[in-house]
Amino acid sequence: MIKIAVLAVQGAFIEHIKMLERLGVECIELRQRADLELAFDGLILPGGESTVQGKLLRELGMFDLLQERIRDGLPVLATCAGLILLAEKLSNDDKAYFQTLPVTVKRNAYGRQLGSFSVPGDLEGIGTFPMEFIRAPYIEEVGHGVQVLARVEGNIAAVSYQNQLGTAFHPELTEDVRIHEAFLRLINFNTRAFQIF
Amino acid sequence: MEEKRYQLNKELAQMLKGGVIMDVTTPEQARIAEEAGACAVMALERIPADIRAAGGVSRMSDPKMIKGIQEAVSIPVMAKCRIGHFVEAQLLEAIEIDYIDESEVLSPADDVYHINKRGFKVPFVCGAKDLGEALRRINEGASMIRTKGEPGTGDIVQAVRHMRMMNRDIARITSMREDELYQAAKELQVPFDLVQYVHDNGRLPVVNFAAGGVATPADAALMMQLGAEGVFVGSGIFKSGDPAKRANAIVKAVTNFTDAKMIAGLSEDLGEAMVGINEQEINLLMAERGK
Repeated sequence: MIKIAVLAVQGAFIEHIKMLERLGVECIELRQRADLELAFDGLILPGGESTVQGKLLRELGMFDLLQERIRDGLPVLATCAGLILLAEKLSNDDKAYFQTLPVTVKRNAYGRQLGSFSVPGDLEGIGTFPMEFIRAPYIEEVGHGVQVLARVEGNIAAVSYQNQLGTAFHPELTEDVRIHEAFLRLINFNTRAFQIF
Repeated sequence: MEEKRYQLNKELAQMLKGGVIMDVTTPEQARIAEEAGACAVMALERIPADIRAAGGVSRMSDPKMIKGIQEAVSIPVMAKCRIGHFVEAQLLEAIEIDYIDESEVLSPADDVYHINKRGFKVPFVCGAKDLGEALRRINEGASMIRTKGEPGTGDIVQAVRHMRMMNRDIARITSMREDELYQAAKELQVPFDLVQYVHDNGRLPVVNFAAGGVATPADAALMMQLGAEGVFVGSGIFKSGDPAKRANAIVKAVTNFTDAKMIAGLSEDLGEAMVGINEQEINLLMAERGK
């Protein structure tokens, strides 16, 4: 029985937990360092405010340990703010967080809330997927070995790289469980993302 | 407002959950708030405690001041308009605010009608004392709700009262037989489908934050334990001795709202809290505005 940890310092983490519970997966919430002592097989970095999440990850003592585990191959699914946390570089912000995913991400790339939108997009290996972009980022550049899974309006909206899966949109806000199912396959088969998509 | 846009607006509120939204009056304060971990800021000329002290008519802030704050931070920026003042709301939409608070903190512009929020693309948050008020605002197009509490007092009692009232009303609806919901809709003065949603889901159809009187990390955690999905802090931060430290502590208390040991630590050496005014000492109950 696999267990997934969901970063629960701020943002839409309950939506991910509900989706995983629908798939029969047990979840734990990461709110402070002591929570990292529990065993888990995968990590979800949810949507929310990346500035808040990044700050709390550090100040609540979880940053270094999680970064190390992601580098060591812990499977991660990161959505929106989560993608920003994984990115090696942010093009419009001096800050950077885990830096385990070799991509350059632009924050709030579609502007303020009036620029938020939703669209059915084409997702590699999955097909048409409902994509909700809420003050969303997009990926400007990808490094070696990064697989682009989706483009929306010409901008990269989803990628995979080794043990990491990142989307600029929010699968957890829809009823569509296919991305979470793909993430579970990544964990179950102890494999690399390019073999899933 | 088209259905899709309303959905996106509710979803932005979902992203703010588990966070603290702070009142700020200058770009400098906005930066302090962002650094301290605010998930959004509320741009306004005077914080509620000063509005209360100054008296007179209180209006929407200068758009230039709001723009200054929009430029200073990367997190969402909210701003307040007066209840019923749909032109102030139009102006806030024109400068691309992320969320409008149709707020009882400002002097109401209309003593009968709230803004038809369905006519806007930008999202609205509104205050509510109970389920009826909340569902009426949602019916008008609000995509987020907060307790009214009593702004600018530093006194948590009203926010607690409103959150408990909301929970009690929701529990009552949830326990009803389906054929009783029609009468409930009539009493609450809201459409049947909203009451049915509450009955089936045991919660409001939008995110619900606490607001109005939060001054300490313990206040914030109290509201979270009572079921709030996040917290607005108005006067409590920049009316206190050490705003950055207090803001920081409140943010962490919201994340770990059941960890008493951590919150005890966070509550140490915060400097002076805002002075506060008791319910019996105030002449103006802002929560009575807009029902």
